[in-house]
Amino acid sequence: MKNILTISHLKKNYQDDSGEIEAIWDVDLEVPEGKFISIVGPSGCGKSTLLSILAGLEKKSGGTIQFHKDDIKLGYMLQKDSLFPWRTILDNCLLGLELKKMLTEENIHYVHHLLDTYGLHDFKNKYPSSLSGGMRQRVALIRTLAIQPDILLLDEPFSALDAMTRVALSDDVYHMIKKEGKTVLMVTHDIAEAVSLSDIVVVLTKRPARIKKMYEIQLTGRSTPIENRKCKEFSMYYDQIWRDLDVHLTE
Amino acid sequence: MSTLPNEREEYLKKKKKEKRIVIFFQILILVCCLLLWEIAAQFDWINTFLSSSPSLVFKTFLSLFEQNDLLSHIGITTYETFLSFAIASLIGLSVSTLLWWFPRLAKILDPYLTILNSLPKVALGPLIIIWVGASMNSIIFMALLICIFLSIINIYHDFLNTDSSYITLLKSLGANKKDIFLKVVLPANLSNIINNLKINVSMAFIGVIMGELLVSKKGLGYLIMYGTQVFNINLVITSVFLLGILSFLFYYLICFLEKMIQKKTAN
Ligand SMILES: Nc1ncnc2c1ncn2[C@@H]1O[C@H](COP(=O)(O)OP(=O)(O)OP(=O)(O)O)[C@@H](O)[C@H]1O
Ligand SMILES: [Mg+2]
Repeated sequence: MKNILTISHLKKNYQDDSGEIEAIWDVDLEVPEGKFISIVGPSGCGKSTLLSILAGLEKKSGGTIQFHKDDIKLGYMLQKDSLFPWRTILDNCLLGLELKKMLTEENIHYVHHLLDTYGLHDFKNKYPSSLSGGMRQRVALIRTLAIQPDILLLDEPFSALDAMTRVALSDDVYHMIKKEGKTVLMVTHDIAEAVSLSDIVVVLTKRPARIKKMYEIQLTGRSTPIENRKCKEFSMYYDQIWRDLDVHLTE
Repeated sequence: MSTLPNEREEYLKKKKKEKRIVIFFQILILVCCLLLWEIAAQFDWINTFLSSSPSLVFKTFLSLFEQNDLLSHIGITTYETFLSFAIASLIGLSVSTLLWWFPRLAKILDPYLTILNSLPKVALGPLIIIWVGASMNSIIFMALLICIFLSIINIYHDFLNTDSSYITLLKSLGANKKDIFLKVVLPANLSNIINNLKINVSMAFIGVIMGELLVSKKGLGYLIMYGTQVFNINLVITSVFLLGILSFLFYYLICFLEKMIQKKTAN
């Protein structure tokens, strides 16, 4: 399989008045095209930092990031949906196209298509305040997909939702993304979510982040994320990653 | 199904009733005060030469209207207020935009803005007259001094407090500074800017009256000054009443504007 992104020896230090914080220490990662990759790691280990560096919002302190495609487009979806309350749902979704001067008829049509397909048809001209948490998150994803990115960077996209909505929405989102054939890097705290959605799960160490383990998730009878939770290998992966994360509440 | 419309009706009725009660008492207070004042004047409990009376105020108002060109006095005060309000709001908005755009400039100017804002501008009155001359320009200059610094500081701080996640989002979509300003900072702060306009109207009004007290030959402030000089308390109190009504009207004009903008953005 062809790789779309190669990260090698990536380092990141944050500087502030109190001193230097090492957030990422030597991360190497090959990202195969079209795969769904989850990144899990202890809280504060540098997961969000990794995504913001990839998205170009933070400068790296060392190492290389190589995209194996010209004019690659990235879609970054943050934990907060950040829908603009003064714009309609449709206008929120068109934001990226507007900024990138890509408001062609074809692209606008694509956004309409996404909104129609994912149950937001009746809300196009409403304002975000009339949406539920799950719907808002879906709008945020459509806004991210609108520019037709090659790689999606998702930073805990479901963490603001209750458990039920979360499982249901992750199923939806999985289908959305698979249908569009995107490569995905998703940060999550939820091991079950990571195992059920991903082709590969990357486990990071405590801060400064390094790669501790990588799992190619192989499930017999793999289908949708909800169904995947019933596969016999599921709990094995779950337990193993749980142990890797080495969660000590007393620490 | 059957109970719902009733519930709604009852809610609306209750709301209407509440509103009527509030207005009733508001009027009651006004009427009582005026009545008490009038009675006190009629029975000579108070000296009308010093404290006037509602009927005298009304008479003064009529004679001012007929003989002294009251409308042109009100007109000139209104004109000065709106001119200073417009200039101050425009400068306030553009300077705070500049400060937001160039953070280093904001850092450099910070102490100066603080000093200028906290300086009691009235103290500059005599100096302004000497510099600008005893004309309408002085009055407007005074009003500007009073609103501009507060306006700049307030709007700039509102701009700074724009939700940073909106800005991060825009940056992740490749936005430049202009995009961030036009697509996030400005729309996110629309209601703050309108609030600032409300404050500016009141401040401009205060500044204009202060200026008129100092230099003018026309306007409500001038009438107050003149009334004091010739010891015509009726004139002074009538002018103060007119000031109250005028400031009330200014305020509601801006509120009306606010509603129009809200309607436009909500559609
Ligand atoms: N702008 C910044 N300036 C200084 N330090 C920062 C900055 N952003 C993050 N850090 C530090 O870098 C470390 C990694 O932060 P990061 O947000 O990447 O963690 P995370 O793995 O996403 O955490 P979480 O799971 O809680 O979201 C943290 O210790 C944090 O304090
Ligand atoms: Mg994070």
